[in-house]
Amino acid sequence: MKSKTYTTKMASPGDPSVNVSHVEEKKKPPVRYWQEQEKDEEKHDNKNEEETEEAVQQENKHTRKAKKRRQTDDVTNEKKVVSGKSDPFPGPAPISKNRLQKFSRKGQTQKLHRQRLKLKEMITRSEEASEMAQKQAARFDLLLPEEAGFLEGDEDEDTCMISQEDIADAVDITAGTKYFNLKLTQFGPYRVDYSRTGRHLLLGGSRGHVACVDWQTKQLMCEINVMESVKDVKWLHSENMFAVAQKKWLYIYDSNGIELHCIRQFNDVLRMQFLPYHFLLATASATSFLQYLDVSVGKEVAAICTKTGRLDVMCQNPHNAIIHLGHPNGTVTLWSPNQKEPLVRMLCHQGGVRSVAVDKTGTYMVTSGLDKKMKVFDIRAFKPLKSYVLPAGASCLSLSQRGLLSAATGDVIQVYRDVWSTPVSKPYIAHRVLGTVWGQQFCPFEDVLGVGHGDGFTSMLIPGAGEPNFDGLDSNPYRSAKQRQEWEVKALLEKIQPELISLDPTALGQVDGATFEQRHQDRVQALGFDPLAKEKFVPRFKKKGRSSAGSIERRKKQVANEDQRDVIRKTVEDKMKMEEERKRVEEKKSKLSGQKSALDRFRK
Amino acid sequence: MKVKVLSRNPDDYVRETKHDIQRVPRNYDPSLHPFEVSREYTRALNATKLERVFAKPFLASLDGHRDGVNCMAKHTKSLSTLLSGSCDGQVKVWNLTKHECVRTLQAHEGFVRGMVVRYCGTSFFTVGDDKTIKQWKMEAPGYGEEEEPLNTVLGKTVFTGIDHHQKTGVFATCGQQVDIWDEQRSSPVRSFTWGVDSFSSVRFNPVETNLLGSCASDRSIVLYDMREATPLKKVIMTMKTNTICWNPMEAYYFTCANEDYNLYTYDMRFLEKPVMVHMDHVSAVLDVDYSPTGQEFVSASFDRTIRIFPKDAGHSREVYHTKRMQHVICIKWSADNKYILSGSDEMNIRLWKANAAEKLGVLSSREKEATNYNQKLKEKFQHHPQIRRIARHRHLPKSIFHQKNELRAMKEARRRKERNVRKHSKPGSVPVVSEKEKSVVAVVK
Repeated sequence: MKSKTYTTKMASPGDPSVNVSHVEEKKKPPVRYWQEQEKDEEKHDNKNEEETEEAVQQENKHTRKAKKRRQTDDVTNEKKVVSGKSDPFPGPAPISKNRLQKFSRKGQTQKLHRQRLKLKEMITRSEEASEMAQKQAARFDLLLPEEAGFLEGDEDEDTCMISQEDIADAVDITAGTKYFNLKLTQFGPYRVDYSRTGRHLLLGGSRGHVACVDWQTKQLMCEINVMESVKDVKWLHSENMFAVAQKKWLYIYDSNGIELHCIRQFNDVLRMQFLPYHFLLATASATSFLQYLDVSVGKEVAAICTKTGRLDVMCQNPHNAIIHLGHPNGTVTLWSPNQKEPLVRMLCHQGGVRSVAVDKTGTYMVTSGLDKKMKVFDIRAFKPLKSYVLPAGASCLSLSQRGLLSAATGDVIQVYRDVWSTPVSKPYIAHRVLGTVWGQQFCPFEDVLGVGHGDGFTSMLIPGAGEPNFDGLDSNPYRSAKQRQEWEVKALLEKIQPELISLDPTALGQVDGATFEQRHQDRVQALGFDPLAKEKFVPRFKKKGRSSAGSIERRKKQVANEDQRDVIRKTVEDKMKMEEERKRVEEKKSKLSGQKSALDRFRK
Repeated sequence: MKVKVLSRNPDDYVRETKHDIQRVPRNYDPSLHPFEVSREYTRALNATKLERVFAKPFLASLDGHRDGVNCMAKHTKSLSTLLSGSCDGQVKVWNLTKHECVRTLQAHEGFVRGMVVRYCGTSFFTVGDDKTIKQWKMEAPGYGEEEEPLNTVLGKTVFTGIDHHQKTGVFATCGQQVDIWDEQRSSPVRSFTWGVDSFSSVRFNPVETNLLGSCASDRSIVLYDMREATPLKKVIMTMKTNTICWNPMEAYYFTCANEDYNLYTYDMRFLEKPVMVHMDHVSAVLDVDYSPTGQEFVSASFDRTIRIFPKDAGHSREVYHTKRMQHVICIKWSADNKYILSGSDEMNIRLWKANAAEKLGVLSSREKEATNYNQKLKEKFQHHPQIRRIARHRHLPKSIFHQKNELRAMKEARRRKERNVRKHSKPGSVPVVSEKEKSVVAVVK
């Protein structure tokens, strides 16, 4: 039993991050939960059993009452069945704890202090509903059709020694064709970009060659030479349009290579990022401007002068749509379009920052710098986690959907696994390409890494890089034109406004903890006046010389004195109350101390 | 070396023939669906906007009366039948699905003051200014037959309202006094009086069927038990109550439409203070009717609008008006909880949707799903300021808009004055009286 040996090596269940990012070993053929229980006696698999048991216990806690009822029912049922057989699997099938954990959105709500029955009922109902949804989603997880790829060496064989050719030979033909080289020596080095579905590839040679390819069928969609230097290329929301940052300005082309727009507001762009849910194209320029273009309406949303010099290191956090910029002084800054100042400024390296990458859950940031170090940060807590030294330093970093990190040093690509949880000494896969690496990206939903270099483009096979199961409503690699159009309409309808970009993307769903003062301010703004404001005393005009300056002043003083007296009276009352309370407590204490306990007689 | 690389068979993901539906594999992993909250918020915002776009509540106008519509009655068995009585003594029976009048009869001389359908749905009663109670058959008379009432009872005084018992052949009328009648007899079984006044409406409790409520012109609401000889108790308010209506689900609550522009929901057991004051009308409220679910009620007002209130909210969730609708005199909520019927001064009966943005007709399952999803989203994000602003916005006729502002200013002024009086008098001598307590003068047992 080969599979048996692997299960013992499985990652510990307690650490979810490991499970998510880890390239899992080959799984056992799907086993029914009852078979597992039966087999347990001969082949004891400790971990699995623990998990399921835990899950059962947890379920017990949640539905204590229902369970009780069920148990009593079971007892009576057992007696009633004539054949003497009882249901060997009573109740719903257990769900393993970490699978449930994957779908949990929030912790339990705090209990209310005061008795607010309506609210309480509402909260319990919604919690029940969300729990049910969580369980259903976890159960559905079993039905997902595909499993992630993996690569394992034999005894005393390093996976990093396995060459791409060997991998391509070992796998099936269709997967084998995904390893290929495009020899484009004339216009390199190349930048690469995969579309969100992973079907389409965009190549931008720095000497003006732009090509887009349906790379799986190897069908060329368009190929143009823009006759200018190309700094960066990026797909927009669908494979119908892409943006090219050229020598001076930013251009938008369609998939036939026809120039749609030349945007002169965006000049000297070096790097671009596309925020798919916001329909924003973020550009970083040589003039140290960070600009946001709303591609759905064609308006510039924000232009921020970062005042940090040439911006050629950029990445986005896919979890919260914050843009990360790396600077020559070793800092990484975080930006949102709503603020002219950086949200966060982190000192990451001693030398300049060469590359930044953020994983898809928005937990980890990997940076590499001129100090030949590669560092991993927890960007929720802004804490350094790991620091590695790469002898030549990494010029290009890229993270895959399942957390594989590829670092390019010169013309060597090294792919690492698990850089944040365990200290890594050896790469998972290494490969040497023909020229210096200029751009690289993991293809979404495929085990493929695209590398653009001085000598063209190389598509590498990295087993375990891509997410095996895509969501058809979000990004479907196999969608038809009709489905794409449908998706486009839906996506545009739920375009998130740029004002909603913030460090915590769930902030909108939390209870508004606005203090009374804040709410009051809102009210003042809405009404145009302060309804609770104390009106300023204006002495009435009196006739017969009684409104002389002196008398007005006197009257004002009178009112002021009255107000002050009110305040004093109130404070005195408060003090009296406090004093009374204190006395009461003291009395109680003294009473308690005066009482003799039965144990006091043993005291010396 | 053991290796596996993702390699999907396109046949598993693409439909086989053109005639199949597209395959949509799902993966509910939250990490594949970033920005959940903001996307839901955007969807909720869109749903709220669309709700306002689709809010077209007016369905039809039933015209045919030659004078103002004074009273209406729902058929107890048939959803599509409505009866209406007008100020010229005419009674019309309507078919609501066809929007047409199926029968007209001259029931009384002078106003038809009240009408009610018997619980079995085979006959109905009308009372009028001619001091008579008439019982009519529900079916139209055959060809060549005269339109004649089954029974006619001549009373001593004018009757102003009528209601029928839920299960037995007993009905109650009001006028100078509240009378309980047996259908078989020509004189009342029981008469209730409490002081000298006239009553404007009487209603049987739908659950405790022996209880009745009525409102009198001496500003009081009186409760009776049919089995006792004397009334139970009454609450006297600052202004006169026009109509009362019992909550059909929680029948210890009743709501009364008051002359002071407000509606008051009372708990029958504690009349000292109303449970809720419903404000928003800018003129006297003339009629009120509960939805069959008991969650909401609709009110008709002299200010030419109809408002829908949740039973436990102080302000209305919806206001209906048209340019041509005059003072709304009577209102009914249909028994399927979907429609509202209003009868007004300018001789028309209007049919409205109870839920303004609801799509009528048969919904496909996808439509239904989408509606439910949008409803839930709207509920979830209802307190966000932008969404709330859009959801609450209603167009009001200019006159009502100004009147509303004026009333608000008056109220604010009154409150300010009270505050100042309290400030300048001996502490405790001017107690704080809540809005609920203000309206009740006394409770008499």
